[in-house]
Amino acid sequence: MVDMFSYTFMQNAFILTVLASIACGVVGSLITVNRMSAFTGSIAHASFGGLGLAYLTGVHPLIGATVFAVGSALGIGAISGRNKLGSDTAMAALWATGMAAGLVFIKLSGTYSSDLMSWLFGSLMTVSRIDIILTGALDLGILGSVILLYKEFLGISYDLEFSRIQGVPVLFIRGLFLIMAALTTIVLMKVTGLIMVIALLTIPAAIAEKFSSSLRKMMILASILSLLFSIAGLFLAWWLDLPSGPVIILVSSIVYFSVLALRGKTD
Amino acid sequence: MALIELENITAGYNRDHPAIENVDLSVEKNDFVAIIGPNGGGKTTLLKVVLGLLVPYAGTVRVFGEEPAHSRKNIGYVPQVIPSRTFPVSVLDVVLMGRLGSSGLFRRYSDEDRSIAIENLEKLGVFHLAKKRMDQLSGGQKQRVLIARALAGEPELLLLDEPVASVDTETQHSFYNLLSRLNNRMAVVLVTHDVGAVSSHVKSIACINRNLVSHGETISEEDVVRAYGCPFELITHGVPHRVIGAREDSKHG
Repeated sequence: MVDMFSYTFMQNAFILTVLASIACGVVGSLITVNRMSAFTGSIAHASFGGLGLAYLTGVHPLIGATVFAVGSALGIGAISGRNKLGSDTAMAALWATGMAAGLVFIKLSGTYSSDLMSWLFGSLMTVSRIDIILTGALDLGILGSVILLYKEFLGISYDLEFSRIQGVPVLFIRGLFLIMAALTTIVLMKVTGLIMVIALLTIPAAIAEKFSSSLRKMMILASILSLLFSIAGLFLAWWLDLPSGPVIILVSSIVYFSVLALRGKTD
Repeated sequence: MALIELENITAGYNRDHPAIENVDLSVEKNDFVAIIGPNGGGKTTLLKVVLGLLVPYAGTVRVFGEEPAHSRKNIGYVPQVIPSRTFPVSVLDVVLMGRLGSSGLFRRYSDEDRSIAIENLEKLGVFHLAKKRMDQLSGGQKQRVLIARALAGEPELLLLDEPVASVDTETQHSFYNLLSRLNNRMAVVLVTHDVGAVSSHVKSIACINRNLVSHGETISEEDVVRAYGCPFELITHGVPHRVIGAREDSKHG
């Protein structure tokens, strides 16, 4: 166990985990305070359609998944701007349609199922240099946006109408948030796979929310928790010879339910 | 110039069944108006039209003589308190949102923004709560913080949605005292379904039930009662209201 970092793939897995945790904590906090976790699940599964299409047409799968994730995020955003109930139905439909389309495209393309498994359940052991660079770039973009536009992100999350009346460009800020959410979902697929992305985005943020007096502190605490869960999961998975994605999720959820139980007792 | 001028407004979410129809309303400089009406009577729709959040199907809206989207920054909007809402935000940060419009994108709040926010927290007697999380406050305290936020934008008109829904009767009294004091400096318009909660501090009452609100000429109290089903005791408990005129075509009452 001591020499697990002597392997390059473990070093890469570790670096990606650290970088992904930053995006995960910041964006996960915004998703949680906006009560949009179902949205995350929906765009993650919708992106599977893009993966399938990419395998079929020979485009890089990451491009296919990203285009579908961003497109569906903005699509749901446009519908929810007009109709809350309609967007709930749209998210459910997109969730299933993405999976169905992906499975059909993949069958048609004759791709091996082992490639698929890594997208569905994560593949921290096969992190490439490109993955690390893209995740780092996303972190810079997200941190830059959230630092420069913090009061606007806080404003539209807390009170969208009031912010609009104040002259905040709500469509722009919200659009930026949806794109950040879609890209973070794609990045986290490497860690946990698209099926479990929803847990990694919401669990650390939900715990952080209970102990934070501001959105800024929540973002920082959620990033730290996400990092701790991921690293702990990575070590445990190595030690127990289990797949890392599911172990990371199990570590997160055990802590989450423990916190719920302990807080329930003191309240 | 009237601060708010609605003429013949028809608006809603379904063109065939508009929530409000042929509504006229004007609010002048020193007004203190309570707009009352049942749930589903179109109060929220009316607010959204005034704030430029909903474009009416017909009629004209002028806020400070301009399109509402241009001039709504001069309205201090106080939304309804949602009691069970949890959110990690401090009271001071909520009040600072009242400076979003004055502060501009890509910038932090200035020292001036902060001192205006603190000044308004003090004015409303909730400065000691500045560092607390918003969701730990009582309904009445939240209400005051939301008013402080509206005032931080230095508005010329205060617009409150169901302001007494989350406060007990005792708090209501001091709350209306506060609004009357604010009324010395700005117009105050509040919207509520709770007719029992409208206090004698208000200078006029308008009723809305799909096609109501008229304004201007004074008519007899009985006419209002008949036309809109406003509760009789409200009109007759001796308050010197400037009672608001009714449209002849009303089918309510």
